[in-house]
Amino acid sequence: MAYKWDFGLIFSYANFWAKGLGITLAYSVGTVLGGLIIGVICGMLLLYKRKWLTLPIHFYVELFRCTPLLVQIVWFYYALPIVLAVELPAWLAAGLGLTLYMGSFSTEIFRGGIISIDKGQWQAARALGMTNGEMMRHIILPQAIKRMVPPFVNQSIIQLKNTSLLYVVAVPDLMYTGSIVVSDTFRPLEVYTSVAAMYFAILYPLTLWASRMEAKVDQ
Amino acid sequence: MTNNGTPGGDVMVRVEGLRKSYGTVEAVRGVSLDVHRGQVVVVIGPSGCGKSTFLRCINLLETPSAGTLRVGDRTIDFGAGHTMPRGRDLARFRARIGMVFQQFDLFPHMTALGNVMSGPVIVKKMRESEAETIARDLLAKVGLANFTARFPRELSGGQQQRVAIARAMAMEPELMLFDEVTSALDPELVGEVLDVMKELALEGTTMIVVTHEMAFARDVADHVVVMDAGQVVEQGAAADVLLQPKNPRTASFLSRFHSTIGERKA
Repeated sequence: MAYKWDFGLIFSYANFWAKGLGITLAYSVGTVLGGLIIGVICGMLLLYKRKWLTLPIHFYVELFRCTPLLVQIVWFYYALPIVLAVELPAWLAAGLGLTLYMGSFSTEIFRGGIISIDKGQWQAARALGMTNGEMMRHIILPQAIKRMVPPFVNQSIIQLKNTSLLYVVAVPDLMYTGSIVVSDTFRPLEVYTSVAAMYFAILYPLTLWASRMEAKVDQ
Repeated sequence: MTNNGTPGGDVMVRVEGLRKSYGTVEAVRGVSLDVHRGQVVVVIGPSGCGKSTFLRCINLLETPSAGTLRVGDRTIDFGAGHTMPRGRDLARFRARIGMVFQQFDLFPHMTALGNVMSGPVIVKKMRESEAETIARDLLAKVGLANFTARFPRELSGGQQQRVAIARAMAMEPELMLFDEVTSALDPELVGEVLDVMKELALEGTTMIVVTHEMAFARDVADHVVVMDAGQVVEQGAAADVLLQPKNPRTASFLSRFHSTIGERKA
């Protein structure tokens, strides 16, 4: 018996999809920005080379890089409320997990970009009489940011995909919306195919743009 | 010029008992040196003798482990109650001393003009238009008037090094340090850089030059310092040290350069 495709059903949930897509994009942008802020701050602090400062940051970075994001989200949702003795809404728990995850990678990207700058640049800037702030702002960061952008964009693309894990704590993102539509229509084939297509439609142009930019930085 | 105990106002740099160690390795082992205003001091010695480390101690790119250092009116003691400047104070100290490096270390995201303007604009907060005038003059002086808009990667090694000299000079330093500035250059590009340095010397720039260019030492230096194993083994007028070395270690080091030193002055 041949399967009869019926995508018409999918479109009747347009409002639903729009909301799911909006939540996926909002979480992506929000957690990427949050992660960026964490990355800049922690990455900068790592440059100070004070053990009491760098040790906890390294601990944070490795903790989040070396545990699965799914475990982190579940932990934040179920375990953190017990630790803090406060009720944590799903959207916040999941957002916190995603942000800290992005932050750990951003920290490494930021630090890596800074320390990749040749030591001759630092000594030339210092020899001219620049303070650390002047050197960072005018000499090191302009060069380092160029190198940070491609890995950061790549990590952001991964982050957008990772937001689909919101599904497990019932935050109604694109993926969770799909599961609801399936339970309504009993049409998993059309629904999940559409979900995949929507992720692809957002991510493919982004990856193209990222690789174009990477080529430009390499020049 | 003699170097021994000439006190008074014209001593620009006075180094006494300077030491620098990395862990258990002592790279500079008690170096003393006076540099007078307008004097060109050339420091020579086998590689690894500590001459570059010594030079980097003078603008505090390296923090000496012991001794005292005076540049201009600023005295810094690295002994027990050390007075090593920090932060903005350290930056101000360095701003008065120009330094040129072996690998040029130009800022790759700035043009030649931008590189030369960087010190006045970023450090001295000079108006851009004013800094640009200074920078253009200096680039013309080092023979690069037509290369102001080029980025470092578009310049030859010799041109890059001349930009680096102009960049340091733009700060109007009281003292210039040159750290093997021709060692990374193709042989045919060495001359153009040495010529610029000779011109600065003739204008009365106070300079400490670490180099392997013996002909430059012979022709330009007022005072030659020979270092070996972290110590000064001999110093004096260029002609004396280079042609009639008293110390056997100096003699053995210089024997490798005899063809260069023996040449007639051009």
